[in-house]
Amino acid sequence: MAGNSDPLTPRAKLAVTAGKAVAAASRAAGRGSGSVIGGRVALKLDPDLLARLAQNLDVTLVSATNGKTTTTRLIAEALGAAGEVVSNALGANMPAGITSALAGGSDAKFGVIEVDEKYLAGVARDTDPKCIALLNLSRDQLDRAAETRMLAENWREGLSGSKAVVVANADDPLVVWAASSSPNVIWVAAGQMWKDDAWSCPSCGGVMQRPGDDWFCGECGFRRPTPSWALSGDHVLDPHGSAWPIHLQLPGRANKANAASSAAVAAVFGVPPQVALERMYRVQAVAGRYDVVQFMQRDLRLLLAKNPAGWLETFSLIDPPPTPVILSVNARGADGTDTSWLWDVDYTRLTGHPIFVVGDRKLDLAVRLEVAGQHFQVCDNLDQAVQQAPPGRIEVIANYTAFQDLRRRVGN
Amino acid sequence: MSDNQLRLVWIYPDLLSTYGDQGNALVVERRARQRGLDVARLDVRSDQPIPTSGDIYLIGGGEDRPQRLAAERLRRDGGLHRAVGNGAIVFSVCAGYQILGHEFINDLGQREPGLGLLDVVSTRGEGERCVGDVLGDIDARLGLPQLTGFENHQGVTHLGPTARPFAQVRLGKGNGTGDGTEGAYNDTVFGTYMHGPVLARNPLIADLLLKLALDVNALPPIDDRWYEALRNERISAAQQPA
Repeated sequence: MAGNSDPLTPRAKLAVTAGKAVAAASRAAGRGSGSVIGGRVALKLDPDLLARLAQNLDVTLVSATNGKTTTTRLIAEALGAAGEVVSNALGANMPAGITSALAGGSDAKFGVIEVDEKYLAGVARDTDPKCIALLNLSRDQLDRAAETRMLAENWREGLSGSKAVVVANADDPLVVWAASSSPNVIWVAAGQMWKDDAWSCPSCGGVMQRPGDDWFCGECGFRRPTPSWALSGDHVLDPHGSAWPIHLQLPGRANKANAASSAAVAAVFGVPPQVALERMYRVQAVAGRYDVVQFMQRDLRLLLAKNPAGWLETFSLIDPPPTPVILSVNARGADGTDTSWLWDVDYTRLTGHPIFVVGDRKLDLAVRLEVAGQHFQVCDNLDQAVQQAPPGRIEVIANYTAFQDLRRRVGN
Repeated sequence: MSDNQLRLVWIYPDLLSTYGDQGNALVVERRARQRGLDVARLDVRSDQPIPTSGDIYLIGGGEDRPQRLAAERLRRDGGLHRAVGNGAIVFSVCAGYQILGHEFINDLGQREPGLGLLDVVSTRGEGERCVGDVLGDIDARLGLPQLTGFENHQGVTHLGPTARPFAQVRLGKGNGTGDGTEGAYNDTVFGTYMHGPVLARNPLIADLLLKLALDVNALPPIDDRWYEALRNERISAAQQPA
């Protein structure tokens, strides 16, 4: 079984050891998992460490606005059928966290790495991946991230020299544009619910025509490529036209799409779709998301939604009314401090659900819901919201740091 | 206006709606309906003609290249000029605000002609991007409470003689020229750099637009408790030392 058989240079070994020591100290001090700080120290000591660690692995990079962590997990499960896998499963997806994760995998054959969209080009250059999965691109945190089109441009430039097989979503014009600079692309029709970032052709700026599932630019002819893989209802269609049923414990359409892309990636490494999908079934929760927990003698399902596209997908998978819903929104650094994105979410979809609002920015949510004509109750905290909620399993939807707060509160 | 129906036009959301600008349209529509008005909202995509019979036109913010494309199409179309000639009210934010002026700097670094509906010229700011909370006093003639919002722009806007500053900032950069002004307006055309969205944070500005469009001095009051709570919280937060 192949592993990291070439010894690391003394400098690299020192970097790895120092990184691990710092990470352990960070964990002991109660500050998170230590993966990011350990990685930062390691990279400082040996800037080429990431490349070195990746050298003896078959690396897959996964990037997107939404679904990175889940898809990384699904791919990691699937590739487990063919060899040991190292992955940044906790979601630390920038260079320091990635380095830290790889440093822990000296016997692995595969590296499956989630990469933050802003860092994809650089990490691709450093890790020389065999495969890169591009799932979707949409507006995220406006005061932190580069503008959406600039990200697509950045991917496009960064990937143009790559030898990797790019597995890309044919239904997302921004992704298609980014991927089309690569010589080696496998197109997956993974679907796209949120279309509001790509009404303008990424190639020429013309108005995009979007009849049904197709899309093309009315002015320059940039158009949807023919996919070789597709999500079709509850099945994945492979390049031979065979339909493989998707059975997941993870809910919702977006996760089926993630599974379809993951199956395409797994096939690149020789894992057939049936085997890949069987292994993906094992995934019950991803970094706390989709977990059903008991709190104050109630069942709560924890759902993460960070941006308009994510909220749209989440509304489509929650139980129907009158299921109570708790919404929690923060706007700390990691969330993006501008809450304007709330106005791109269609809260009229919650009609009929009792709604309870918590989080740092509950008043922004209150005004949003008021304008959407929804009845709601603002609560001081999760406990109060749970107490007020009528019977039934409660769907709890929260954005990034609000989700972390929630998990801490329920002890997850 | 026809038969008690307010026509609300949202210009080119396919190009200019990156910063939750839909919220401004939603707030205007909601507040109009709460007063018993029937509202027809039309979202005009950039390959469609701008109707000239709208009552209130909204144009939002967005990225640099779509801004240039929007300006080109609006100049070619001419509908917004005719609408303003018919007495329509226009409310613009950020990239939209720049487009309504005489010129701005486009994504290629060139001077791009605007629509000349507001006496302003926009240039590229040399310093740091203007990002952060804004608090300001709106021109007293408009009878509005303090302005609260959030700015996020690299552009800087200079006012000519026939544009009045919309507000004077106490916190934040506003137009970015150093004179403390934020936004600009004349009798029927308004521009601001404020996000929030601005009308969600300052609902009485939405009411002002409605009053101008309906040509009335007052509107029936509505329950603004959540808007008030949000405003108070945001104003407080903005005043905390960083």
